[in-house]
This record gives sequence, structure tokens and C-alpha cells, in this order.
Amino acid sequence: MDLMFYFFGGLAVLGALAVLVLRSPVYCALALVGSFFCLGVVYILLNSEFIAAVQVLVYAGAIMVLFLFVIMLLNVQAEARFPFTGRLPQITGLALAVSILTQLVGLFRSPLVGPKGVYPVERIAEEGSVEVVGQLLFTDYVLAFEVISILLLVAVVGAVVLAKRRVKSETGENA
Amino acid sequence: MTFQITQTDLQTILPELILFGMGMLVLVVELFRRPGASTLPQALVALLGISASGYGAYLQLGLDLKGFSGEVIADDYAAVFKMVFAATAFLTVLISTRYLADRKMDFGEYYALLLFAVGGMMVMASALDLLMVFVGLEILSISSYILCGMLRHDVKSNESAMKYFLLGAFATGFLLYGMAMIYGATGTIHIREIGMALTNPDTFANPLVWFGMALLLVGFGFKLSIVPFHMWTPDVYEGAPTAVTAFLSAGPKAAGFAALIRLLVEALGAMRGEWSQVLWVLAALTMTLGNVVAIQQNNIKRMLAYSSIAHAGYILAALVVSTSEGLGAVVFYTLAYTLMNMGIFAVLILASGPDKERVTFDDFKGFGYVSPAVGLATLVFVLSLIGIPLTGGFVGKFQIFKAVVEQGYIWLAVIGVVNSVVSVYYYLRILVVFYMTPPQGEPAPKPVFHPGLAAAILVSAVGVLYLGILPSAWLELSSRSVSVLLAGF
Repeated sequence: MDLMFYFFGGLAVLGALAVLVLRSPVYCALALVGSFFCLGVVYILLNSEFIAAVQVLVYAGAIMVLFLFVIMLLNVQAEARFPFTGRLPQITGLALAVSILTQLVGLFRSPLVGPKGVYPVERIAEEGSVEVVGQLLFTDYVLAFEVISILLLVAVVGAVVLAKRRVKSETGENA
Repeated sequence: MTFQITQTDLQTILPELILFGMGMLVLVVELFRRPGASTLPQALVALLGISASGYGAYLQLGLDLKGFSGEVIADDYAAVFKMVFAATAFLTVLISTRYLADRKMDFGEYYALLLFAVGGMMVMASALDLLMVFVGLEILSISSYILCGMLRHDVKSNESAMKYFLLGAFATGFLLYGMAMIYGATGTIHIREIGMALTNPDTFANPLVWFGMALLLVGFGFKLSIVPFHMWTPDVYEGAPTAVTAFLSAGPKAAGFAALIRLLVEALGAMRGEWSQVLWVLAALTMTLGNVVAIQQNNIKRMLAYSSIAHAGYILAALVVSTSEGLGAVVFYTLAYTLMNMGIFAVLILASGPDKERVTFDDFKGFGYVSPAVGLATLVFVLSLIGIPLTGGFVGKFQIFKAVVEQGYIWLAVIGVVNSVVSVYYYLRILVVFYMTPPQGEPAPKPVFHPGLAAAILVSAVGVLYLGILPSAWLELSSRSVSVLLAGF
């Protein structure tokens, strides 16, 4: 179990690294899909089949396919230039990365495990992943669930406002 | 198992419910608008919704209700902030109607998005778990991105929306990462339970909490445009439609501070010694950079963007001490800043016409003589922004620096006062241009009277003077509101 976790977790990290390192946008997108799949496996190892399915369907399936479509339609140049070529950004970036890395290494010396929450892995296995998510979503977190629908409404209204046909300039008419 | 939504639940989110409902009503009204017709009905529906929601928040004063299994709370703290948000939104609608028509962006959706954004702000103020904070923040942010880009034919407006969206999404990542780490370390997303979990020395020593706190500060630092996370502010504020800029500089910041204070005090109160050190440095940097760079600006919108960074710095200084005086001063200052800022943006909009927007200093040469009444109101706003006695800005700053000095942070107060002196230079430049520079070439035309704008300027000016001359009522309410937070601290 542990071995599987580290294997797929490591693979997910490698995929994420590949997104940064690879030059071609299409490869980057594909690497991200791979990373998402590995994350899905990690969710399964945590007994959260539902989250895993959503992860693969929504992220790897829907969102990344849209990404790929956009990349192909826009015909992005394969060798998109990395914008931070100056000396100063490179040095500052390196300094920040090193300082965060040292802190991360320092982290591993002290225990990282927190107290278990209300729904540890065993209880989810007992009650079932879909049941737990459903029950929480419609009882304890029902308000968040409802308010997220407002968030989606905002996004829809925004898309319509920004994308609807141009206003005829002088008359002020809504064409 | 049974689950019911009770009356108490609905009572806790009454102001939010009204705003979201009225926002949808605005969309329905928009459906029946004939092409080319004015959006005045939509604006009126929005005003009605905002007033009702503000009144709902007023009714929540003195309550201490938790709703929806403790996801949200209705206490004095949330209610006071909700009233400030309602005031911000009310003034925004008043200054928007003519501006939208002039700039040919007269869409009813504008008001709907504004109402949703304010609803999101209210959710942030009353949220008692990290999930609600996040959802409220996202509603606010996404509405703001869209509002920034509503001048679709304007390149700068597009740039503003795009920059705000990309950097905002990036900052949201930091925020979520921080929340996830805190959840990982404490096993809960409920703000008060996090606070309790951190009383356990093992949890407190867990490095995840510290990383989480740092990332949370980065996320909020972006939303509040705190140096060094402020880079987006001038470009976004300059490009956005002026009415939206007015809203952005007051509303989202107040909401960000509302949520940040609750998080820092109620969830991360155990780490106060540490975060107050971080905030000390951020406050000093923010005040100094905002004021120094504001001096060099020729565009008033850009100048006000840097000025809003500087003011966020003053408010942060009060957060450093986090006593009931300090936090009370934050609440007080939020309202005072909203009023003076909205007022000065209303003047900018009033001076602009369908022909062009007047946003540079050169546009306003001799404006004080063209329109003496507006000039007088501007005088009030500018004096308040500087912090001259008898204005709300003075009382707010005085309260902040008093709280800072009382807790022994003498140097922070010194930096703050020196910065206030620096700010005199660029704020007075407005008055110099208004009164002492003869107009060159084509003088600014006499502004056309507009009831909404006139009301906004009048209300802001009277409000600023009221807070400056008779501050006790609002001071008392603001310190009472934060005492709820600090009760268990």
C-alpha cells in the first residue's frame, strides 16, 4: 500500500515537473493529464473512489481536453519563449527556491502527521466514499454547496457579458 | 437521518440571501429591457436590494447566532462589516448609472454582478469555516474580474481584467494551499476548532501549520494588495472602468480584512507573536512603497491605486497590535476610507462626460473655480485622505497609531506618521491643480448635474465630516464588534 502511494505520488510530482520543463505546450498538457491520473490513483489508495472518479472525469477528461483543443486551435508555437530571461529574475527566483527548499527539508525532521479528522481512511472505507461525500455535502456543508451555485451563476453571467456581440458603437444599442 | 434548515439558519444569512435574490431579480428585469433602453430600473432594484440587505445586517447587531452546522455566524463583527459593505455597494451604484451610459457599457448585468460580489463579501465576513471563506472570496473575485473587463472595446480594460484574473487565480492557489496545510495539521476546517486544535503543543509545533499560515498570508496579501504582492494594483485600477475602480479600492479590501482578521484572531490566535512580526514588516513596506510611488503618478486613478496600497498599510499596522483598540480602529478606518475614496472617485466621474474621461491632473486645472461645490467636497475628501483633524480619516489614523503606540511599537508608528507626511505632497497636488493652476487650452467644462453622483458626493462628504466631528457612535460600535472576536482570546 505504502509503496503504491509513493510510486504514484512520485509519478504525479514528476508529471508536474515535466509540465514546467517540457518545451512544447502539447507535451506539457499531456504531462499534466498524466499527473492528474496519478493523483486519481492516490485518491483511490485513500479509499476515496468518488473523488478519484471526479478527478479523472473532470480534470483529466473535460478540462485538459479543452486545454488541448485550445492549444491546437491557437496553433501555439512549439518553442514558446520563457519570459524570465534577465539575470535579476533568475537570481531572485533561485534564491527564493533555495530558501523554501531548505525550509522544506527542515520540515521532514519534525513530525508532519496531524490529528486525524472526523473522516479518516478507515471510516470512509466503512461507510463508502460516495455516501460520505453526499451526506456531508447535503448536511454540514449544504450552505457552501448552495453558495457555489451562485459562483457558477456569476461565471455564466460573466461569460455572456464578455462574449456577447459587440455593442453598436454610437447608438448605444444592444445589438 | 433527518436534516432541516431552521429559521435560525436563514436568519444568520439574511443579508446575503437578500443580495443574491435581488441580484437574480436584476437579471430577470434585464431580460425585459428593450435594446437601447436605460438600465435605470436595474439600478433601482439594485439600490433597493442593497438597502434591504444593509438593514438586514443592522438587525443582526447584537445577535450571536451560528447557522448551517456552524458554517456561518451572525455576530456584531460580521454585522458591522456587512453594513460597511452595503454602504460601499450603495455608493457604487449611485456613481455608476451615468458612467455606464457615458461609456456605452450600459448593461443590467453590471448591477447583478455587483450585488453578487457584495454577497460574496458578506459571506467572507460571516464565514466560520475555511470553505466558506474561500467560496465567498471566489464569488467576489470572479465578479470583480468580469466587472474590470466590462469596457470590452477598451484595450486597457481588457488588460486590467486579464491581469487581475491571471494573478488572482495564481494567488488563489497560494490561499488554497495554505488552507489545505492547516487542515492537514489540525484535521478541521472550522475556524474556531482550528483555534482549539492549536492549543495542543504537538499541533502547534507541526511545521505544516506554519507553512499554512505563511501561504494564507501570501494569498490574502495579494487580495489586499500588500507589498510585495501589490504589482497588479496600479494596472488593474487604471484600466478598470472608474466606477469599478472605486468599488475595488474599497469593497474587496474591507472584505479581505474582515476575513483575515477573523482567521488570524480566532483560528491562528495562538501564533499571534509570530504573525504580528510578519505583519509589522509588511505594514512598514506597504505604507512606504505606496506613498513614495504615488508621488510620481500623473494619472489620478493610478495615484489613488498607490494611495489605496498605502492605506492598506495603515490598516495592517493596526492588525499588528490586534488589541480591541487596534481592531476597532480597523473597522472604523474601513468605513472612513470607503467614504472618502468613493467621494473622490465620484468627483472624477462627475467631471468626465460622454466625450472623454478626465483622469489626469492636467484635466483638472482650475476645476475648483469651474464648479465651486464639487471643489469644496473634493477639499473635504483630500483633507480626510491626508488625515487632517475634523475628518474621518484623521480619527481613523489617530486611533490606529494610538493603538500601535500603546502596545510599544513606537517605530511602526513613526514610520506611519512619516508616511502620512509624505502623502500630503501628492494629495495636496489635487488641490493645487484645482485651485492654483490656471486652465491651459480648453478648460474643463462645467460638470452636468446628475442626481446619483450628487447624492454620492454629498453622502460621502457628510459622512466623512460626521465621522471626523462626532466619531463616538461609530467608534463605540466598532470596538464593540471586535470585542466579540477577542472574547475567547
